[in-house]
Amino acid sequence: MSTSKVATMHDAVADLVRDGDTVAVEGFTHLICFAAGHEIIRQRRRDLTLCRMTPDVIYDQMIGAGVARKLVFSWLGNPGVGSLHAIRRRVENADPEPLEVEEYSHFGMVCRYVAGASNLPFFPIRSYYESDIPKVNPKIVPMRSPYGDGTEVYVVPPLRPDVTIVHAQRADAGGNAQIWGLLGCQKEAAFAADRVIVVCEEIVDEAVVRADPNRTVIPGIVVDAVVEEPLACHPSFVQGYYDRDNAFYLRWDEIARDAGTLDAWLKEWVYDLSSHAEYVEKMGAAYWDALKPEPAMSGQVNYGRYA
Amino acid sequence: MSAEAAADLGYSQAELMIAASARQLAGERNCFVGIGLPNIVCNLAQRTVAPDLQLVYESGVFGARPERLPLSIGDPTLVSGSTAVTSMFELFAFYLQAGLIDVAFLGAAQIDRFGNINTTVIGDYAKPKVRLPGSGGACEIAINARKVFVIMRQGQRSFVDTIHFRTSPGHSGDSEHDRNRGWWGSGPTSVVTDLGTYFFDEEAGEMTLATLHPGVTLDQVRENMGWEPRVAADLGETPSPSEEELRLIREELDPGGVYTR
Repeated sequence: MSTSKVATMHDAVADLVRDGDTVAVEGFTHLICFAAGHEIIRQRRRDLTLCRMTPDVIYDQMIGAGVARKLVFSWLGNPGVGSLHAIRRRVENADPEPLEVEEYSHFGMVCRYVAGASNLPFFPIRSYYESDIPKVNPKIVPMRSPYGDGTEVYVVPPLRPDVTIVHAQRADAGGNAQIWGLLGCQKEAAFAADRVIVVCEEIVDEAVVRADPNRTVIPGIVVDAVVEEPLACHPSFVQGYYDRDNAFYLRWDEIARDAGTLDAWLKEWVYDLSSHAEYVEKMGAAYWDALKPEPAMSGQVNYGRYA
Repeated sequence: MSAEAAADLGYSQAELMIAASARQLAGERNCFVGIGLPNIVCNLAQRTVAPDLQLVYESGVFGARPERLPLSIGDPTLVSGSTAVTSMFELFAFYLQAGLIDVAFLGAAQIDRFGNINTTVIGDYAKPKVRLPGSGGACEIAINARKVFVIMRQGQRSFVDTIHFRTSPGHSGDSEHDRNRGWWGSGPTSVVTDLGTYFFDEEAGEMTLATLHPGVTLDQVRENMGWEPRVAADLGETPSPSEEELRLIREELDPGGVYTR
């Protein structure tokens, strides 16, 4: 029996995300918890170091809103669309203020979380050879194999966020989270963090989790708060629940090109709303219906009963 | 120019690039796919010259069978019906780094004659004129995939004498050095542009023009690159897309014409 960690998004962010924190809201194109990003904006956190493999529209919104002083990443773009204009304004023109950046490749970022989650001082990978990336990021360091075969690798340092926020299809009240579809690096980012918020489409009974333990990606022991927040990943997607809202990704390109338009969007869709439930209501039921996929159920497996 | 020429021939420039790239995948198996044109290229190859092609996406999908045109490398259509979904650590470590990836596609904002690729910045890194996306998986893909195919439009701003940042390493220009680098990758294998196709000369490691697209002249190619190109002794013409290739592209792979019109 696990104790309930269920909280509202407001309370989870208020309790667990602090000014100056290193924060990772992970999810590789899939399960990006925009609602958590919006709550961080709404509560006007400042001086965050934001980490994500792909900053995506969520970090363009957060950085446009002024929550961050630094960005740690591996691919900076609006996937399938183009640029992240708010972030570019800060990097290219220090507009309205500079943004410190620290960049890796995808594999480097993943392995930083792996090192953080595994309590290792560094992680070796076969990448970065003859690339300029280590020249602009001195934390990526060449190292020779200690076993005398002459292999050179590059090592990356552990990444241990103060807070990791991940989204799951379902979790129980104790925070045991089940995810299917693209797994990204959520497990690694959660285990690497000091504090973890799991947001989910639905909170389910513990028996649902125990009936299919292979699907549990993040165990409750590393989770501090569980938030039930349906449709929290819009305009990103949740496999089996709703599709990526590609029209919004395209629209963001227009919104973010101009700081004034971006501010107006934040006012209308974040600051003037008190919760994600209001965002869901404001969009209207028909909007969400259009993003719902036809079902494609998995087969069932037999775990067996060994009494 | 070539766009109009191609239009007169009954297909678009993009369709020609897709068909030319797809044919280069003949007989290949495990292919790291990008979004946009490479995605269509790989799906076309799977239906034509490479029926055993496994589509691998860095988002963690092996053996994808997308039922619609994926709009990002993490589209949910890649997951449903695929052979396997893995964590990104497994995908990069066990599939890519361990040498299972036969071919990968890379794009480039800038490329030089040796196939070094810049996707990071235009201008100075500390104060960039244009901040580009950065590596993503490109750096380790260039290093660990056994072959790398590049598909991009060429021009004075993209085919440059000196790239502003080397995100992903290509050939060095010293074949001895390249052979002894100790990684699977050896720089790009081929480049397909809107004007022609290129391979890399094994000894010099340099991009060499293999074919001109129908209606394109050698002068046009020269005008659209920042160095004097090597030209194959048997310089040929890129074959036009077949009727079947065009049918597959238009009816099955990109019926909305998102990437091909």
